[in-house]
This record gives sequence, C-alpha cells and structure tokens, in this order.
Amino acid sequence: MTDTILEKLGTYIATEFLRQPDRLIKPDEPLLSSGLIDSFHLVDLSLFVENNFGVRIDDTELNASSFDNLNQLTAFINARQ
Amino acid sequence: MPNFSKFFQRHYQQEPDKVSITMLFAGQPACPVTYRQLILGASGYVQTYTQYGIQPGDVVLLILQHSADLLFAYFGAVLHGAIPSIMPFLTGKLLPERYRADLAALVAVTQPTAIVTYREFELEVRAALKPGQDSVRAVIISDQAKGPTLPDFASFEGLRRNPEDIALLQHSSGTTGLQKGVALSHQAIINQLNNYGKAIRLTDADVFVSWLPLYHDMGLIACWLMPILLGYPLVLMSPFDWIRAPHRLLQAVSEYKGTLSWLPNFAYNFCAQKIRDRDLDGVDLSTWRAISNCSEPMRWESHHAFYERFRPLGLRYEALTTCYAMAENVFAVTQGGIDVPVVYEDIDREILQTKKIAQVAQPGQIVVRMLGTGKPILNTRVRIFNAKGQPLADRQVGEVAVQSDCMLTGYYHRPDATEKAFVDGWYLTGDFGYLVGGELYITGRKKDLIIVGGKNIYPQDLEMLAYEVPGVHTGRASVFGIFNEATGTEDVILVAEVDISDPGQRWKIEDGIRTAVTRGSAVALRYVHLVNPPWLVKTSSGKTARSANREKFLKEMQAKGQGY
Repeated sequence: MTDTILEKLGTYIATEFLRQPDRLIKPDEPLLSSGLIDSFHLVDLSLFVENNFGVRIDDTELNASSFDNLNQLTAFINARQ
Repeated sequence: MPNFSKFFQRHYQQEPDKVSITMLFAGQPACPVTYRQLILGASGYVQTYTQYGIQPGDVVLLILQHSADLLFAYFGAVLHGAIPSIMPFLTGKLLPERYRADLAALVAVTQPTAIVTYREFELEVRAALKPGQDSVRAVIISDQAKGPTLPDFASFEGLRRNPEDIALLQHSSGTTGLQKGVALSHQAIINQLNNYGKAIRLTDADVFVSWLPLYHDMGLIACWLMPILLGYPLVLMSPFDWIRAPHRLLQAVSEYKGTLSWLPNFAYNFCAQKIRDRDLDGVDLSTWRAISNCSEPMRWESHHAFYERFRPLGLRYEALTTCYAMAENVFAVTQGGIDVPVVYEDIDREILQTKKIAQVAQPGQIVVRMLGTGKPILNTRVRIFNAKGQPLADRQVGEVAVQSDCMLTGYYHRPDATEKAFVDGWYLTGDFGYLVGGELYITGRKKDLIIVGGKNIYPQDLEMLAYEVPGVHTGRASVFGIFNEATGTEDVILVAEVDISDPGQRWKIEDGIRTAVTRGSAVALRYVHLVNPPWLVKTSSGKTARSANREKFLKEMQAKGQGY
C-alpha cells in the first residue's frame, strides 16, 4: 500500500508540477524546502491526496513542517486512512 | 489634508472606537483593531523610533508579516514623519544567502536608517549589513518596540510633513526591482485616493476584503492605505493563508459583508478551480459589488470561469470589474465596470499582430478577446504614442503614456531611472495598448518583464540565478513568460544550453536550476528546458534575445504536439 501511495504521489508531482513525466522522485528527496514544489502547488496536492486516498489535509497542515518529502507525506496519509 | 498624519488625528478625535481593520489569520481568532488601538500602537513605535534617533524623512524598512506589528510599525513611521517601505517577507523556501544579497542591494540604493523585523530574522538582517559603513543605524526587533502609548499629536513630526514630502516607497521584488524604489509624496497619494475613491463610487456601506501582499501597489494602496486613511473597514488576510486555502477569501466576504476586493487575474482561475464545494457551505457573495481585476494581463475567460462557479452563491456579473494600475501613478490609471458592465471586444488577431491595429473581427476570423480596463480616473490622462513619440489615433496600438496629479516624485536615489521614465511630461509605462473612445485596452509589454500572479519578475534576475548552477554557463540561459490559459497567468520558462549529454547529469542540472530559482526569487519555474548548443538566439551584442528564444521554444513545443 505504502509503495502504491509513494508511486502515485511521485508520478503526479513529476508530471503535473515538474512536467518531467520520466523523472523519479526519491522518497526522501526534500520537496518544499528545496524549492522543487512551491506554495502554488500545495492546494493541488491536497486535492489530489483527498481524491485519491480519501484523506483530508487541513490547509494549516500544508507546509514544510508537516511534510517535506514523499515518505513523510505517505506516513501522514497512512496514519489517517 | 496635506499629509497622512492629519487623517489619523481626525479618526482618533472623531471615531476612535470604529473598527478600522479586522485581521483574519489561519489558526487565530479574528482580531479587530479600532482607530484608537491603531493610533496607540503606532504611538508606541513613534517613541521607539525617537529612542533610536530616527529622524523625519529617514527611510524605515519593514520586514514583517501581515500582523499588528506591521500595522503599528508602518503607521508609527508615518506619525513620526519617516518614510516606511515594506520589504517582501523572508519565507522558508528562500535561500538566506540570496535574501541577504537582495537586502544588501536594496540598502545600498535606498539607504534606510532603520530596519524593523522579528527576533528570528535579526541575524539574517544583520548579516546583510556593514556596521559603520552603510546607512543602517538601527535594527529594531518588534518585541522590543514600546507597547501601546497615548498619542501626543503635538509632538508628532508626521503632522508637520509637507504635501510634497515623500510619504512612502514601493519596491517590486527581485534584485532588479528592489533597486528601483518608487517614491510617492503625500499629495500624490492623497490625490490618488480622492480620484480613485470617486471612480469606484465609495459609500459608507463599503467593506474592503484583501489577502494581497503589502509590498505591492495593489495591496498597499487599494487594500491598506485607502480604507485605513479614508475610514472604511478593512478585512485583512495573509497571502500565505490564501494560497493554501483560497476559500477563506469568499468566507470572509460572506461573513463581513465585503463589498470591494482587488485580485490579480490568476486568482479568478485559482478560486474557480481549486475551492471545494464543502468549503462554501452557507457562503453568500451578494454583497460583493466590485472585484477589480488588476496587476497582470486580464482575461474574459477568467472572469467567466469565476462568475460561473460562484453565481450560485449570489455573485453578480456586474461585480466583475477591471483596473489598470501602476506604482508610478500611486495605483489606478483607469477603472472599468463600475457604472456599466466591463466592456470587451473581439479583435482580429492577424491585423493586430501584423498592422498594430485593433480592428473588430469579421465573422470567421481568428480573434483575441480584449477586456477593457475602463476609462481614466479623475485628473488622469492617457495617450498612446508610436515609437517616434507621436500620439496615435483610436485603435492604433502603441505605448501607453500617462499624465496625472498622482505621479511618482521619482525612483528613490535613482535620478537616471527617473529621467528615462518621462518624455515631455508623459510617463511612459512600457505597456502597449490602444484607446477606443477613452476606453483603454492593454495588448502587451515593451519590456521583457514577466508578470506571474501579479508579481513583476525580471528575467535577468532568474538567468543570474541559473548561472550559479554547475553545468550552466554565463550567457547561456534565457528566461521568458508564456501565458497559460488554465492558470490565467504566465508560466516562467527557462532554456539553458548545456554540454553534458548524460541523462542523469542533465536531471541534476534541471533540478539545480529549478531549486536555485525557487529559492532565490519570488517565483517557481514551470518549465526547465535543457538544449544542446547552439540553440539560443543572441543579439548582436551577445545577449540572449528573449523574445526570439520564446518564439523558438513555442515552435518546438508545437512541433512536439505539447501545450501552448
């Protein structure tokens, strides 16, 4: 399950935000603090998580202190499912 | 009224208990601030500035988030007769070294005497300074400022400022923007508020609602100075909260019976696309009477999407208005859609591009739908000039020039830039457009400037950031903007020539460029395109020709069947 979530999130970010569909995003690669994704993407990411995994992320949780890489975001999703 | 402080004295005397601002920040209860509280808080700062030896006419730089601290520090500077300037806030994503370099560049040109910031930024700010060598004599930490104090108006130097004295500075972001501070006099700003207040037909029922940043004219003038000085309630949110939860704007309008807002074009798309229905339960938008689209190219499609999405909540079509504005004119030049719905027309694209004439299209032609920005506000004149400086007739496209009673005094400490901006008493905007019976339409820009979500981005700043990435060579990158229909604003594209062919290495360079730009500027790149040399088109002087590179990129994308 965790692997599926990681893969789906990685593909979504690579395709939609970076426009590099072949790009692999490592599970521990920093996303927000590194500047790979920026604040304009956060709402899209939370909509994607809600629509695909049925987990709601509050807007106050959308920041680098809640999650900064795919591992952390996946753990966040698993904990709420 | 000759200066800002007189307005505060009057509010304090006549309506001290009226709520001036309601601050709505995520995770905090709503915080109403009356004029009494505002003036007491600002008076505390007057004492602090006095203690630190700040003189009237000195520049005070504010590096603070939307907060009571910012409110008090800003208007404290006003009452003290100093010149406040709000600097974009340091966010977590920005590289400290880059921020430091920008701040040092700003200090070198603007020569502020004091900087007010939070304790956690003190080290960052001090790292950009050269004690004893630069102009900064005090770094004031907000929690060390004196708390609310009864005002002693007789002692306030702000009350003795002359109408022609500089009231404030406005900067746009990035290394280039920060070195060009727009200096505005009390008189110019007061004239603008009077002219613009009439244009939008302000009434006692008006309530302003805004999430806009305050280092930008739209936020600072329309959604900060205008309501606060003229005495209209303001509901103020934070841009950081809004971008994560755009529904908060609509909830605030509903709860506070908001009537007026200003938004950059992308915000119409952002709200229409990204707000969940459940976040709109019970929201009523019927009080909203003017939402002015301003600060970046505006699209009929964006208005339409916004209207269709929120019409069920009581949004009226007539509430969608337009405005053409710039910091150099304090704010608004034109306003559309107040007395009559916003006008639009379908222009023949071919004739517009080849003959520079805006001709209404015949059926079957490819069209560009143009939204009118409205007619000039009071005491403001607009003309269109050709490249020789000759005025053009209606429907001929040329550079937009402005004359008004609310023009900038100059670019602060930049007489060279000020001189270049005016020709025969006309301010040349750098925008292209045309007039039809007084209605102004904007068709494009003369400069390479990119506008993303209302923020001005200078491509040379982003190219410089890319040159710091290993594998990218100086002079071999080009940055430009391309309008994105889905988001309603420009995408920023960077093309760089690299000598490396290994795909893994190229990914690394792409990431490096993306990270350098996101962390070093106010925008993120939408597209990083690595190419093999020779690809870039250069000018005769060896500089990258951005518009030619943009055309080449578009052709390649179209050939590949991808977007744009």
